[in-house]
Amino acid sequence: MVEEISSTPAGDIIINVGPQHPATHGVLHLVITINGETIQKVEPHLGFIHRSIEKMCESLSYRQFIYVTSRMDYLSSHINNHACALCVEKGMQVEIPSRAQVIRILMDELTRIASHELWWGAMAMDLGAFTPFFHAFREREAINDIMEETCGARLTMNYMVPGGVMQDIHPNFQRRVKDFIALYKSKINEYSEMVTGNIIFQNRMKGVGFLSAADAISFGCTGPTARGSGVSCDIRKLYPYEIYEQLEFDEILETGGDSFSRYMVRVREMNQSVRIIEQLIDNIPEGDFQAKTKAVLKLPKGEFYQRVETARGELGVYIVSEGGATPYRIKFRSPGFSNLSALDHMARGSKLGDLVAMMGTLDLVIPDIDR
Amino acid sequence: MMFIVKYIKEVFSGLKSLAIGLRRTLYYFTHHKEIITQQYPDNRDTLVFPDRFKGEVVMAHDENNEHACTGCTACELACPNATIKIVTKFDISPEGKKKKAIDKFVYHLELCTMCNLCVVACPTDAIKMAQTFEHSVFNRAELTKVLNKPESKVREGVE
Repeated sequence: MVEEISSTPAGDIIINVGPQHPATHGVLHLVITINGETIQKVEPHLGFIHRSIEKMCESLSYRQFIYVTSRMDYLSSHINNHACALCVEKGMQVEIPSRAQVIRILMDELTRIASHELWWGAMAMDLGAFTPFFHAFREREAINDIMEETCGARLTMNYMVPGGVMQDIHPNFQRRVKDFIALYKSKINEYSEMVTGNIIFQNRMKGVGFLSAADAISFGCTGPTARGSGVSCDIRKLYPYEIYEQLEFDEILETGGDSFSRYMVRVREMNQSVRIIEQLIDNIPEGDFQAKTKAVLKLPKGEFYQRVETARGELGVYIVSEGGATPYRIKFRSPGFSNLSALDHMARGSKLGDLVAMMGTLDLVIPDIDR
Repeated sequence: MMFIVKYIKEVFSGLKSLAIGLRRTLYYFTHHKEIITQQYPDNRDTLVFPDRFKGEVVMAHDENNEHACTGCTACELACPNATIKIVTKFDISPEGKKKKAIDKFVYHLELCTMCNLCVVACPTDAIKMAQTFEHSVFNRAELTKVLNKPESKVREGVE
């Protein structure tokens, strides 16, 4: 640190944001070089919440390691578990029942809405509006109650297991999801009234944090961050898993590349998730919710990769198996890490006050960046 | 001249957008029934948790102080965090045969992540998840529990 300060050009100041700061949404440490109000450089320092999840997974069996991945991107824990379960199923060559597939997609999309709701509230709070946070949590609470009833937990569910889902859906599940959709549709207008249409919000978002399509690709950005720059990268469309290719939904693309485009992608994506849920909720097929699997799962020798679309972008699970009951090596390609790497490029030359607006639209979840 | 007209238009459209947002605030100010805040410690008596809520692992005992745990250690093997430790003993049946049975079912609540894998793994449905959630204690040792009650034994016919 001492050398860094001495090598800074005259007039530049280094300030630290974090590791304990409300706008960083966790323990992210940003070392920012500023000249006056203009940002020269943003350097994220990671490692404050490193739990060595990849190494931990090497000592756990293929049934056990899935619960740990809920703790990476805790806002889309269902989708993380889904990716791991799919990767193990790919190695075991198991056909999973269609009922389990539909339940999994319903849970994924509910999680995606819950995640975007929380992001929306936190985003508005970053810019100084406190009320939207509570409005977003009202809808999110309805989803959490559904999860609590069917999966038994509100955040780290551990509901997806290799071969299907852990328990069948609760008898009330369909009714409560329909109630939630009715609630969501009656309240979604408030979102545009309170935040999207607000003149202060628009002025702070439009033209801030520009990321071109070429830069988004070269930084490896995925998910709404890249789709806000016009890069088509929805894994559900490009590499469909489960029954996504049979469903009708649009990949949301905005071409602005600024913070407002990334904001609009997420807000519009919630409506698409509701559309998917509406198609499936009355058509859950009868049958088993779990395929028959052996007591001790063993993957054949080889390498297996599975990617899914989480609420933040592309999550890849890479398993190397030596034929035993535990993985030889596991690697997670997390969306947040790549999205954060674009922050320096976006922020250079803009004002310090806009940095929080840019970070908000990246939808950073720190345990996902730093596993 | 056009610049001034545009500027004034922007001021009024901006004020309109603020008024739309404030209308929503006023709506909730006058509609108290739509506020959904729960007064948590005060509503403890009426708080209902769903059956599947994962709060803590417990062992079900019937009225004869009998449980269904045979001591097969399937839950101990299924647990990712070494939360469960089963201490077994040998009971001698009236015919003089030795039979394996549990002495202590030790459960470390402080290590448990409520992943439900032990409950799924149990072949005799001896353990289940309870709906308790207020786990705070003053001493860490209180979190280590023995789940089988004293003098309890395995139910007849459970293998």
